[in-house]
Order: sequence, then structure tokens, then C-alpha cells
Amino acid sequence: MAKYVIVGASAAGVGAVEAIRAVDPTGTITIITEEACAYYSRPMISDLVSGKADLQKMKCKTDDFFAKCGTEVLINKQVTVLNIADKTLTLEDGGIVSYEKLLLATGGKPFVPKMEGQEKDGVFTFTTLSDAQRLAAKIDSVNARSAVVIGAGLIGISVTEALVKRGLKVTVVELQEKILSLLLDPKASDIVEAVIRKAGVNFATGQSVQKIFGRPENDAAVGGVVLTKGETVPCDLVVVAIGVIPRTELVAGTLVKTNRGIVVDNTLQTSVPDVYASGDVAEAFDFILNMNRLLPLWPLAVEEGRVAGSNMAGKKATYGGGTNMSSLKYFGIPIVSIGNANPKADDTTVEVMVKLDAENNVYKKLVLKNNIIVGMTMVNCIERAGVFFNLMKKQINVKKFKLGLLSDDFGLAVLPRSLQRKMSVIQ
Amino acid sequence: MGCGLCEVHCIVAHSKTKDIVKAYNKESPKPISRVRREISKPVSFAIQCRHCEDAPCVTACLAGAMTKDVATGEVSHNKDKCMGCWTCVMVCPYGAIKMDKENKVVAKCDLCQGQIEPACVANCPNQALLFIEVKR
Repeated sequence: MAKYVIVGASAAGVGAVEAIRAVDPTGTITIITEEACAYYSRPMISDLVSGKADLQKMKCKTDDFFAKCGTEVLINKQVTVLNIADKTLTLEDGGIVSYEKLLLATGGKPFVPKMEGQEKDGVFTFTTLSDAQRLAAKIDSVNARSAVVIGAGLIGISVTEALVKRGLKVTVVELQEKILSLLLDPKASDIVEAVIRKAGVNFATGQSVQKIFGRPENDAAVGGVVLTKGETVPCDLVVVAIGVIPRTELVAGTLVKTNRGIVVDNTLQTSVPDVYASGDVAEAFDFILNMNRLLPLWPLAVEEGRVAGSNMAGKKATYGGGTNMSSLKYFGIPIVSIGNANPKADDTTVEVMVKLDAENNVYKKLVLKNNIIVGMTMVNCIERAGVFFNLMKKQINVKKFKLGLLSDDFGLAVLPRSLQRKMSVIQ
Repeated sequence: MGCGLCEVHCIVAHSKTKDIVKAYNKESPKPISRVRREISKPVSFAIQCRHCEDAPCVTACLAGAMTKDVATGEVSHNKDKCMGCWTCVMVCPYGAIKMDKENKVVAKCDLCQGQIEPACVANCPNQALLFIEVKR
């Protein structure tokens, strides 16, 4: 029996291990993962495909991390049943693990819509190390020259870059009219799309794949796709990167309340005492939308895991919240986009400030509500993005220095002295 | 004063040649200053990593490249682990993390490891920068 049991050994799970150990140096911890490797950088799997990173580089912690923090790691173990009354987990191999405090950090799984031909050899999803290893091996074994990526979100664009680096001709299919539409406004999206097109990538937006067909010599292997508007795109591989859905299956039929993901309070506890949830499976607080929702983002998962771990170990911690926030490095164009960066055109409650240098692909946008920054996008000029993010998080009224916000030399020195103190810039 | 000597000497300290002229003009890839001069007259100051107690960059790092030393409090960056995703840049409240675009990694203050005091402090002509131990 372990005092603390964590299901899932990625960002949230490991964040919890660290937080538990900071409070309770001796209580036993068991962390269970169905993967062969505990804790590697999921965002780095595209670098594995491109050849830029190997598994050793992808490991976020030293090899002795779990041993050092006295944590038992169960790899290649699937948890099949959560029994809340007995406080036990049943493993696929029949093993039983009991807990005093449980963290569900089960993450998300790729969403794959029903498509004709989706079972063919050469169709991949792209969220785990083994997905990346299989994709990389396939590229080598069939000497793949072309691919179709379905979905132009973060994962879709990251895998596209990796495939381009491997020399593949890539067509990205996206149901929305614009790429990265959950993150960027149409202007920023257009800038990025043009850059990616220059790298030789084709985009088919406003449509999806109606079927995946086989090769003339082997119908079981991917030969190409037919798009919903009728176009045929021959390819050797298909990567489905539409999005992830929370893995709530363990709590189905239990007293743990779910909505789209597992419902948690601001201590990351679920509706059942001693059962916590963090990361992509949990609906945690969004401080911009002022509501709980799914936000499957690595840094937020770490933070949520830490808050959950601290509370599990008996030191009260509350989660301040995250928001939709990402930084992108792909195709050499750095982008940061945070919060409500793409308000509806008819939203009269917000004020939008924009600066565009089209020649240099530099774009800055701030969205203000009652003089508080609620959204921002920076393209090709991100070095001080964190200063804006901090103003956003602390909900600072920017009225007094609003005009300077978009100037090229905006920085901490521009802030009023009282604010510099508040933001601990000067002592 | 806003003279910018801290930036120059930071570049030299993080260069291969350690020669002020070569470091500034010739080295490739170009060494990056990890300190930034912020000026809005009459205010000017130098900003480098504050080694935050609860460092947002460490929490946010997607690669395990940014770590906090529990004993010394130092936040350090391992460029061999860095994947150049710029997530730390997005969350640093001071804008103190610089982008080394040539090497596709970030660069930040490392307190000039191995030196008696950081180059920016040693070379500040106005003693505006101090290097002191903070008791915790």
C-alpha cells in the first residue's frame, strides 16, 4: 500500500511527485504509467522524428530522479478499474494497488474521427513517444516521400515541421478556414501560413478527409486521401492530429464527477475526497474566461500537478489558473499567443490594439477589457512577451502607459515606478 | 546611466575568445548578452534573471532544461536539453530570458559561474549592480 498513488507519469504526475516530496519526505509514492518510459518531454516528440533529439535528450529528469525521491515507478502497466469504496486500483495484469490519496493524471488521447480507410497501415496519431518512434521507423522502412497531416493545430504543425525536415512533401488538411485557429487571429494565422507554405507545405483548409485509400499494389497500405471537396492527394503516410480528448474512462460509473473532463475544485480535488485530477484530463480554472475548462497544455499540467501534490500531502495550495497560452517555434517564426487573442469582431466590450510590420512578418496584438490585458499575440517579436503575460496574470490596469505598450522599446522601464515595485522589478 | 557596459561585458564573458573586440564583432555564432538594459529616461536599469523563488520558467519548461537548485536558489539553464520552444520566454515576468536564434536555444544569466562576481557587476562603472548573498 502506497500512501500516494499517481496514475500517469507525464507533466502533471511528475509535478505532483515533486510537490508531495517537498511536503512529505517519507510517505510512499507509487506512480503508474502504461508507457515504457516514465517522464519524457511529449512536446519534443517531433524533434525525435526530425532527428534533432534522441530519447536521452527527451528525458525531462535525470535517470535517478524517481529513485532519489523515493518513488516506485510501474511502467507498462494499465490501470483498468478504480474502486473508490475500497480505495484501490486494479491493474490489467490483475495486480491491486491501494491508496490513501490518488491523483488521476491520465492525460488525453488523440481524437480520430470515423474515416473510411483509417485502419490502413501508415495512419498515425502523434501524442506519445511510441507514436513518434513508430512514425520515424515507418518513414525509414517505406522510404516515405509524402504525407497528409489532418489538423493544423499545435500538434499538426509540429509534426508537419518534423516531416518537412525529413524531406517529405506535406499537405495539411484543416477543417477550419485558418490554421492554428484556436490560438491565432486570422492575421497572425495568415502570416504563419505564408511562412510554412514557403517551406513547401500545401494547405487544404475548410475541409477534411473523406477517405483514405490504399496503394495499387497493396490496398492495406496508405496510398493517399480523398478530401471532402473532391481533391485526391496521394501520400505514403497520414498523421491524424485533430486534437485530444480527456481520458476519463477510469472514473466512468464512479462518483467522480465529469463534464468533458474530470471536474476539480481550486485545490485540484475531484468531487470525491482524496481523489485528485490534474493535467489534460482535468477541467481546471481559466483565469481569462473565469471558468473551469479543458486546457491540455504542458506548463499548466505541471502547475496543476504541483498544486494537487501539495494538497495530497497536507499542505494547502490553491491553483491560480491558467489560460490558453502557447509559444511556437515552428518553421523559424517565433510566436506567443495568450488568452482571448481573437475576440469576435462585434465584441464591443474589448479594445484591440494592433501593430503590423508586414515586410518583416512582425505582428503585435493586445486585447484589453476595462484597461486590463485579456489577450495577446506576438509574432516575430516575443522576447518581452512574459512582461505582458505578467501584466495579464496580475490583472494590472494599463491605462497610464497604454500608448507605450506596442512601442518597440516597451519594457519594464516604461512601467510606472509604483508598478515596478509591485512587479518586484526594483526592490 | 544606461551605458550598456553590462551588456558588452556579458557578451564577452559568454564568448569563446573572451576578447572584447572579437566577441562583439567577429564570433559566430554571436554570443548573446543575458542582461538587458532597460531605459525610459530618467530611469534606466539592467535586468537579468532574478532567480525567482517560484520560477515560472522552471514550471513551464517543456524540456526539463530549466532547473532550480534547491540549495543555492539558482535557476540554471541546460542548453543541451533546451528544445528552443520559447515557453520560458512567454512566462518570464521580467523578459529576462534571451533568444539565441542562431543556436535555437534560450540564453539566460548564469551568474558567471566560476568567477568571483558576474561580469556585469564587475564592470559596472557606477556600482549600480551589486552581487550579494541573500539569506533565506
